Amino acid sequence: MTGVGEQPVLRVRNLVKSYGDAPVLRGVDLDVDEHRVVTLIGASGSGKSTLLRCVDLLEQVDDGQVWLDGQDVTDPRVDADAVRRRIGVVFQAYNLFPHLSVLDNITLAPRRVHGVDRAEAEERAMALLDRIGLAGRARAYPDQLSGGQAQRTAIVRALAVQPRLLLLDEVTSALDPELVGEVLALVREVAEGGMTILMATHEMGFARSAADVVCFLEGGVLLEQGPPEQVLVDPQHERTQQFLRRVVAAGRL
Amino acid sequence: MSAPAREGVVVPPVSEVERGRRSYRRSRQRRSTWVAVVSTLVFAAVLVVGTTSAPGWERTQQSFLDPAAAQRSLLPVLSGLWLNVRVLLVAAVCVFALGLVVALLRTLRGPVWAPVRLLAAAYTDVFRGVPLLVLLYIIGFGVPGLRLQGVPTDPVVLGTTAIVLTYGAYVAEVFRAGLESVHPSQRAAARALGLTHRQTVRLVVLPQAVRNVTPPLLNDLVALQKDVGLISVLGAVDAIRQAQIQSAVTANFTPYVVAAVLFVLLAVPMARLADWATARARRRQQAGGLL
Ligand SMILES: Nc1ncnc2c1ncn2[C@@H]1O[C@H](COP(=O)(O)OP(=O)(O)OP(=O)(O)O)[C@@H](O)[C@H]1O
Ligand SMILES: [Mg+2]
Repeated sequence: MTGVGEQPVLRVRNLVKSYGDAPVLRGVDLDVDEHRVVTLIGASGSGKSTLLRCVDLLEQVDDGQVWLDGQDVTDPRVDADAVRRRIGVVFQAYNLFPHLSVLDNITLAPRRVHGVDRAEAEERAMALLDRIGLAGRARAYPDQLSGGQAQRTAIVRALAVQPRLLLLDEVTSALDPELVGEVLALVREVAEGGMTILMATHEMGFARSAADVVCFLEGGVLLEQGPPEQVLVDPQHERTQQFLRRVVAAGRL
Repeated sequence: MSAPAREGVVVPPVSEVERGRRSYRRSRQRRSTWVAVVSTLVFAAVLVVGTTSAPGWERTQQSFLDPAAAQRSLLPVLSGLWLNVRVLLVAAVCVFALGLVVALLRTLRGPVWAPVRLLAAAYTDVFRGVPLLVLLYIIGFGVPGLRLQGVPTDPVVLGTTAIVLTYGAYVAEVFRAGLESVHPSQRAAARALGLTHRQTVRLVVLPQAVRNVTPPLLNDLVALQKDVGLISVLGAVDAIRQAQIQSAVTANFTPYVVAAVLFVLLAVPMARLADWATARARRRQQAGGLL
């Protein structure tokens, strides 16, 4: 996607979403360019997860539009399943299927949704598992994994369908600090491999070193966005400064 | 369709695109409704034409759908149905209590309780296995035959007892499945808070279990409702027995059809309630979302 008509992988304009009478997103504009890592930061309840769910069409938006590779995916005529096939998602709570082994969790979508045959799907899955050092646990069940292993498996599961865009929702916040490192290392590796990523995170250190763009979400609005050295080091907006002061006080930067 | 006032709370002017999307969704909705109506009408027409064009339709209509016989039998059958309703209410309460107690007995821990656990298990195995009709005969005719002092001989009481014993065994298994469906981590969390085994079951496990099994329980209630008609085999004068009597009087099968229609009318609200409870349980667990 280079050249004159270069367009972002993901484009969000004036996105509005409320639950009942409570507005959660109040007109969000956001672009994610190809091969870029965009992180969403903001206080708990600021709408990060909601934004990601709207992008993956897990929620119906109340207003505004979302384009994936130039296609308006909020158009009700669009086949939502086809859109979700192009997006990989990793949830905070892993959401691995407890009745399937690690290998079957990873090969489920390639085989059943994308029609890859079993041998090929398993070979690719094993290669991915090998990269994250879990090849030996391929036959284990999710409940037998550590949190970090489970989350890395969930990331590999999302990658197994070779998505255009990877959405990560606080993939480390259910983990022990010592496990956070291994998951973030995997995300960093995936990003360096050229994947386009939109991630919500509380890991400011990671946002600072791995993100191309940091977006600060507050009260359902993107208050500030820019390169990490600007937003995280020299924020223009007072609310951003406040938020970062609290984060620093909590020892997370 | 949500009121415009509510949407106004968010961002007063709704964009052109969103208005387009809403009108498109509305038109899809209207189309779906039309398709449903038309396909239902076509289906009903096929059914009616198919039945009425059968060679024996005239005779069948005379013996099963005779308006005069229907009118004559309606009141007696209705009065019989009142007995069914009362039996149903009593049986439903007893089944619920019996099923719950048996299920809980099976969860008791410790060697002291082994015989109780065994007895509870034997009960569910036996009474789920015995056909209800056979059990009705055994209890309905066998128990009075003992000529014991103080044991009831009323066919209604005996019939209800047989039904409660059978359904209690089924419902006990439903409850047990519900208790086991509560994730072990919930028990762990409760015990970690210092709750005893009993408190854990009563305050944490049981409420979740009951919520999980409400839909299958309501399904059993619908089944129970028509099976209470079986007490007629013991001579209790319920709706089915009345239909039998009226059928003999009028020399026509229409009273049975009347009874069937009344049972269906009784079952419909129950079935809707079951659907509603199922839908509500699902909504509660996966708050929001399109999936
Ligand atoms: N299904 C729902 N029904 C009603 N309200 C909801 C629902 N999901 C989220 N909310 C509300 O929307 C707001 C934003 O939630 P969201 O999960 O997007 O926050 P977040 O930024 O991801 O927070 P966190 O950092 O804690 O994950 C919250 O106030 C939340 O209570
Ligand atoms: Mg969240």
